[in-house]
Amino acid sequence: MDFVCNIPFISILLSLFSGTICSVLPGRAAKWVNTAVIVSVGIMSAILLVYVNGTQESFVYMMGHFPAPWGNEIRAGVLEAGMALFFCMIMLLCMWGGRKKLDEEVEESKHNLYYILVNLILSSLLALIYTNDLFTAYVFVEINTIAACGLIMIRQIGRTLEAAVRYMIMSLVGSGLLLIGICMLYDLTGHLLMSNIQEAVAQILEEGTYTVPLVITMALMVTGLAIKSALFPFHAWLPDAYGYSTISSAAILSSLVSKGYIFLLIKIIYRVFGFSVFHDSHIINVLFVFGLAAMIFGSLSAIKESDIRRMIAFSSVAQIGYIYMGIGLGTKVGMIASIYHIIGHAAGKALLFIAVIGLTDASGFSRSFFDLDGAAYRNKIAGIGFTVGALSMVGVPMFAGFVSKLLFAQAAVNNVGKLMPTMIVLAVSTILNAIYFMKTVIRIYTPAENTEFAVIPLKREKLYGVAVVLFVILNITLGMLSQPVVDMIRSGLEMFA
Amino acid sequence: MSRKKTEKEYQKSFAYYFFRWLNGEKDEYLGEVEITPKEPYRETEEEKRARIRGKRAIFLRLYGAKKTRAVRAFELFYKAASVVFCGILICLLLLTVSYLPPTGAADKPVNNEVSERYIENGLQETGAVNIVSGMILDYRAFDTLGESHVLFIATITVLILLRLDKKKNDGAGITAEQAELNDAVYEPKSDTILQTAAFILVPVIMIFGLYVILNGHLGPGGGFSGGAIIGAGLILYLNAFGFEKTERFFTEKTYKWVSFGALSFYCLAKSYSFYTGANHLENIIPKGTPGAILSSGLILPLNIAVGLVVACTMYAFYVLFRKGGF
Repeated sequence: MDFVCNIPFISILLSLFSGTICSVLPGRAAKWVNTAVIVSVGIMSAILLVYVNGTQESFVYMMGHFPAPWGNEIRAGVLEAGMALFFCMIMLLCMWGGRKKLDEEVEESKHNLYYILVNLILSSLLALIYTNDLFTAYVFVEINTIAACGLIMIRQIGRTLEAAVRYMIMSLVGSGLLLIGICMLYDLTGHLLMSNIQEAVAQILEEGTYTVPLVITMALMVTGLAIKSALFPFHAWLPDAYGYSTISSAAILSSLVSKGYIFLLIKIIYRVFGFSVFHDSHIINVLFVFGLAAMIFGSLSAIKESDIRRMIAFSSVAQIGYIYMGIGLGTKVGMIASIYHIIGHAAGKALLFIAVIGLTDASGFSRSFFDLDGAAYRNKIAGIGFTVGALSMVGVPMFAGFVSKLLFAQAAVNNVGKLMPTMIVLAVSTILNAIYFMKTVIRIYTPAENTEFAVIPLKREKLYGVAVVLFVILNITLGMLSQPVVDMIRSGLEMFA
Repeated sequence: MSRKKTEKEYQKSFAYYFFRWLNGEKDEYLGEVEITPKEPYRETEEEKRARIRGKRAIFLRLYGAKKTRAVRAFELFYKAASVVFCGILICLLLLTVSYLPPTGAADKPVNNEVSERYIENGLQETGAVNIVSGMILDYRAFDTLGESHVLFIATITVLILLRLDKKKNDGAGITAEQAELNDAVYEPKSDTILQTAAFILVPVIMIFGLYVILNGHLGPGGGFSGGAIIGAGLILYLNAFGFEKTERFFTEKTYKWVSFGALSFYCLAKSYSFYTGANHLENIIPKGTPGAILSSGLILPLNIAVGLVVACTMYAFYVLFRKGGF
């Protein structure tokens, strides 16, 4: 075994250990540890990606001295390595963009606690990406849930506390359903390792015993993960949690935490039940319908909102709907489109959150729509960032959002039964997206007549500017050079099965 | 009539106190226990109205919605719908359980090669007599590593929520000093019954906790349960003797460094065994003779580390909930 194969293990343990280290460091040192860990994990994941792309084979890594069904095991392929690299990039930029705001909004003595949360979120995301064992996945889902609550409430105002309580209740319902599902699946198959469960599931279907509990197990696990990633009817916790927490938390929650659960769901679909079993069950149609509903209702709620940050939060509901719609199409292209949208939406939504905070700061910290006139002139870099993010969300060519919409449309063509509803909802949702995003872009570029708000010079916020520029570059790269990414996802999905 | 003791001497003797106590003439503890019952909270009609008004104002400001008839109707519908939904979910789950393989059947899918190897080879492969310990700390140690970090992250979030800053006071909250004063008012001081009971119980609890931790690889027990017992003992000690006594050996610094030390030992030790295991290198940690106290390789030190983390977490939770700081 090559030394490179140790990288998944090293990245999980490094980020876990750095959380422990940060607990005894002062805030400033913890900040550097955090940055160093994210950067080094990102570099290692890039090396791993190159290696796996060369061999074109996934590998399993034994966690301990005992082979798989007895001991723990993690697994890495092209898709896993690519996701790890991408999550690290987004997380680093989110932390940079929100750094100044974090210093203002969070008490000095609690800064190191914030970096502990971020490190542990990173490690749990990596574990969710690499895991090959359902129970390991559940343990790290727990870490992810609790740390996300901490991210929401570390800025202690009334609304964030309420949002954290809501998030916790909904998220624990999701965890509970997932856990019940895992327990029943263990009872039916006698295994926790993904590949063994898949064999046992195939056997169950062949013999025809236990098919009823199998379908219910599948439904429970899918529902649990859908609640945790805020699919449409379960999205009530989302606007407050994203709208009032400190800005790096909002960006990390919307672009990484919920995406980690969706990635786990895709992994479960492919590696636990098998894609064809999932495709033949009717759960896929339920996901499809709720995905379509989310695309419409999320956008409608966003149009009604006059608070800009809550508007962006509601737009997340719509975008999560796109991802579930792609999964619900039940074709391979649909799955590729969903995973591409996970990436594209993460890059766009994090950019929007980071850009919005610059605009509201330039408008006297007011989040109301009516104070934002001309904000893009007062904080130029934030204005550019917001425009790029909005164009990407709407799906204008050259930006990341366009590619995923194109892929969704292609995927719908492969599935004749679901073609019409997909196309219609896709068109309607794009128009609704355009309504509220373009409205905002026009407003921030409308010169204000007599404004008392001062211009924020770029010199004062160097790190913020760098983060926004890198986000913009990332978005345009994803939009222009989409083919390598799509190829990577395709070969990664082939390694899954 | 002769008396061996004068009246004055008699009043100092044990018999005098005993008979007075027996006849109910004097309460020995009167004046020694500082606990004073709080006035029961009574709300006047005026205050009640003000409270309801305030609540409505907050609701209006937060959500910008008045409780109109439509909202009320929706709330009623919401409650009814949630009850119906929960009923359906319960029925569905019960129905599913009836389809599951029967408990205790020999041909149940869970009775497969996995549990077979745990039971048959567990002793030779891990060196632990207690199969459960061998399983959670050796076979599936990665899950347990995650689980102890769940505890760690839970303490961190409670710290974020409840720790009060020494200096800052943002108007609504209270400072650490005020919390200290509040604690002094509301908590009993030098309660003799509690102190006597704690004096007897705490050493026993501590020793039992240590036994459960150290014996984890030989019999029922382990780090999680033993740590919880020790944490409970610490909380009892704190309640009986107050913060002044506990602060001599347990401050925030102690908590920080003990849990840091335990978790980093856990992390590093397990990283070593993961690394050697995956790369098929020799593990130099000896297994020892099964049944001896120093046996089963890393399981004993790991149990100690987990026990320390759990005990510190329990104690820290209690302290934070009581006065928002150590």
